[in-house]
Amino acid sequence: MSHPENATEFLKDQAKAKWHDETLWFVRDKRDRISKTIPEWEQLRELASQIKDNVLANLGSYLEDFERNAQKNGIIVHWAEDGEEHNRIVLEILQKQNCKAIVKSKSILTEECHLNPYLEKYGIEVVDTDLGERIVQFLNQPPSHIVLPAIHLKKGEISELFHEKLHTEKGNEDPTYLTQAARIHLREKFLGAKVAITGVNFGIAETGEFVVCTNEGNADMGVHLADVHIACMGIEKILPRRKDLGVFLRLLARSATGQPVTNYNSHFRSPSPGKEIHIILVDNGRTAQLAREKFKNSLKCIRCGACMNTCPIYRRSGGFSYGSTVPGPIGSILSPGLDMKKYSTLPFASTLCGSCSDVCPVKINIHEQLYEWRQEITKTHGEFGKGLSMKLASGIFNSPLAYKISGSLMRSALKALPDSLIYHPLNTWGKSRNLPETPKETFQQWYQKNRS
Amino acid sequence: MVSEEPIMSSREKILSAIKGISIEPKALPEIPDFHLTGELVEQFIRSIIGNKGEVMSRVEFQSWIGTAHFSKIISLSKTFEDLSNLALPEDPHELEDLGLAILEGQFGVAENGAIWLEDPNLGLRALPFITEHLVIVLERKNLVETMHQGYDRIGSAHSGFGVFIAGPSKTADIEQSLVIGAHGAKSLRVVLL
Amino acid sequence: MKPDSPHIALFIPCYVDQFYPKVGIASLELLEKLGCKVTYPQGQTCCGQPLANAGYERDTVGTTRHFIELFREFDYVVAPSGSCVLHVKEHSPSVPGLEKEQAELHHKVFELTEFITDILQVEKLDGKFPHRVGFHASCHGQRGLRLASSSELNQTPFNKARKLLENLEGLEWVELSRTDECCGFGGTFAVTEEALSIRMGKDRLEDHLSHKTEILTGGDMSCIMHLQGIATRNNQNLKFLHIAEILNQAIS
Repeated sequence: MSHPENATEFLKDQAKAKWHDETLWFVRDKRDRISKTIPEWEQLRELASQIKDNVLANLGSYLEDFERNAQKNGIIVHWAEDGEEHNRIVLEILQKQNCKAIVKSKSILTEECHLNPYLEKYGIEVVDTDLGERIVQFLNQPPSHIVLPAIHLKKGEISELFHEKLHTEKGNEDPTYLTQAARIHLREKFLGAKVAITGVNFGIAETGEFVVCTNEGNADMGVHLADVHIACMGIEKILPRRKDLGVFLRLLARSATGQPVTNYNSHFRSPSPGKEIHIILVDNGRTAQLAREKFKNSLKCIRCGACMNTCPIYRRSGGFSYGSTVPGPIGSILSPGLDMKKYSTLPFASTLCGSCSDVCPVKINIHEQLYEWRQEITKTHGEFGKGLSMKLASGIFNSPLAYKISGSLMRSALKALPDSLIYHPLNTWGKSRNLPETPKETFQQWYQKNRS
Repeated sequence: MVSEEPIMSSREKILSAIKGISIEPKALPEIPDFHLTGELVEQFIRSIIGNKGEVMSRVEFQSWIGTAHFSKIISLSKTFEDLSNLALPEDPHELEDLGLAILEGQFGVAENGAIWLEDPNLGLRALPFITEHLVIVLERKNLVETMHQGYDRIGSAHSGFGVFIAGPSKTADIEQSLVIGAHGAKSLRVVLL
Repeated sequence: MKPDSPHIALFIPCYVDQFYPKVGIASLELLEKLGCKVTYPQGQTCCGQPLANAGYERDTVGTTRHFIELFREFDYVVAPSGSCVLHVKEHSPSVPGLEKEQAELHHKVFELTEFITDILQVEKLDGKFPHRVGFHASCHGQRGLRLASSSELNQTPFNKARKLLENLEGLEWVELSRTDECCGFGGTFAVTEEALSIRMGKDRLEDHLSHKTEILTGGDMSCIMHLQGIATRNNQNLKFLHIAEILNQAIS
């Protein structure tokens, strides 16, 4: 299904759509307020952007530094060209450990690689331990938001689900009660897992350490109880220096949820005695995106989700309307790089309002890239029915005479025809909107009469 | 030219793909020394409260611990060594029913309440997470302004694991309602000496 | 008017020409009242924005060439539309053989309110407009041309349109809940994402109605056309005027 169809479907439940919009707006508003308590906020964004520009310009050497330093610290480093290879590496580590059940904290990368279904195929139980992710996992759904995975669900739905899966009281919708039930359920999983998987927020070239941020503490609960920690990291997550974390940790949580910092920010440098840390560096389309001059800086993204919270489209169409692992504005510029045909409607799911670019903590010009993707997509698929009518319009706009004729034709058509017969775009325009009243003369005509 | 292409590892493929892309050089910026306006202790306390933690004095802590009933307490804090009634086990799984952990923080960041701890402060890495309640002891003189001063303080020290803890375990994944005590410690008390 | 006054070309967007001639007239009269020498060059067409935003920028070279040839001789080009001005400056394709002229022209094109505040350097307008006015900030004007501070950024608040409006006697400025949320027009978006476009428009209107806006104004007639279309369909009691119409009425 295309984005417009999905959005139309989402908007049918008007009350829920309104709630979704208001809830995410609340998060964005919190972000606005906290960002304005930092006088150097805009300077931090600029610094973060410049640091990431430097990373993209030196990615190869930083990755080599990172690998060397991580290995020096006793971390085992793997490289994966694509999702398939990433999954295979994870499986091999699990098989070596004879491990049949793992816990996993939030990692959008493993979603992107479809790790869960892959491992399940081999009889391995994967338990997502972030509360929101566990909820959507119970429903066999992907996350609808990269920071707030279950934001599309109401507590009544979660209560129902927990009643079925965790035998909570029927009808008890109290978030504290439901969270407590999940705590007990997941504690057992944490205690039983020999291998834990996490994502990575930042990898530091200079030291070979990597940083994982959570509020729930689920990443740490998993890895410190397990014998083996597998960290999955997109190659673009590199930062050059440890001190760069000062800039990024100041921006990340404030941008994401409007809080000053996540409650747990763990820096992994070496495994505990007798334990193992593996890190998998994953490409999966990133080097291809890096080679696209107009789109390469989409790789600066730190996955804060601020562009989703601010996007008037995302708030009113929900994460699933995008049909991509990363939804929202940033997803709409990343996904076409992976499969332009499949995601061809995403760059059009925007009014190019520019709010995403203004909230972005690393100053990605998201709305400009949406515009640029449109130019690319129309080259390869001249479709959408837009092709023909737009070419036609182009001919009209090039020629003043043709424009004048078509304009007056259109205006007289509007006068003469009932709304339902006016050609397609105007027909769609008129479904829930009136057309402007047609004036008796154009400005050109008025000007000729009054000023020439 | 060799007609047969050698089989490249994924590592080589990724690195050579990157090498093949020409990107205009961009200098790595220096990070200015940003400061925080206002009083450090006050700001730190406000931050911890905002993160849903609590800040207490030594006296307040002593009166609280006197009324609290924890059957299992591990204290790695020199100041409150005598409160420990359990030795640090070798296997963190044995901490499953730990009621209280008392740890020493190295320094605290006033702008956001984040407190830095490393392996030597933790005993076992799982400790501050698996414990039901957490107390971190911190000296006032070890407060810094922002994360920038925080990382200056860490410098290039090497410890296998380091963590900024800023509050108790929390989640808002159900309708954005804040719930304290998701998986980790259900409370954080900071004793400011 | 001094004989050596700069010569200003009035650039009237195609849909304004066709549907809202009164906005063109108000813009012209307003600039004349402010002492400008204004000409409306004949033969104007659409600037090409609908095509470019739909992904066919490459098909607008002809349109752009026409635009440059028509306007290059003037000292300034002023349009009552932030959106069309942004397009001309940022999204019109480079025209072979006219690169220099095109670059020069881009420095001379202005949206109406920024022309009045920045070039004419009008600090305040004397006039009277005793109404409750709600301002709809068009995204292209606001975040594109930076005609006002954006709520996302940590910057000193400013708003060029507000500066001109708020000194008018009797005018009450409506404070909205969401000062700069998009109305959902978005060019072809209004048609290709019809359901979203309507929802966004309704939400903007609700914000204005709940804050008792009497007249909804803005710098882009395209947003207003969309909002007015929805309001009219739903019999909502709101009046709509372009900012040029308000200013022109107020200072007469």
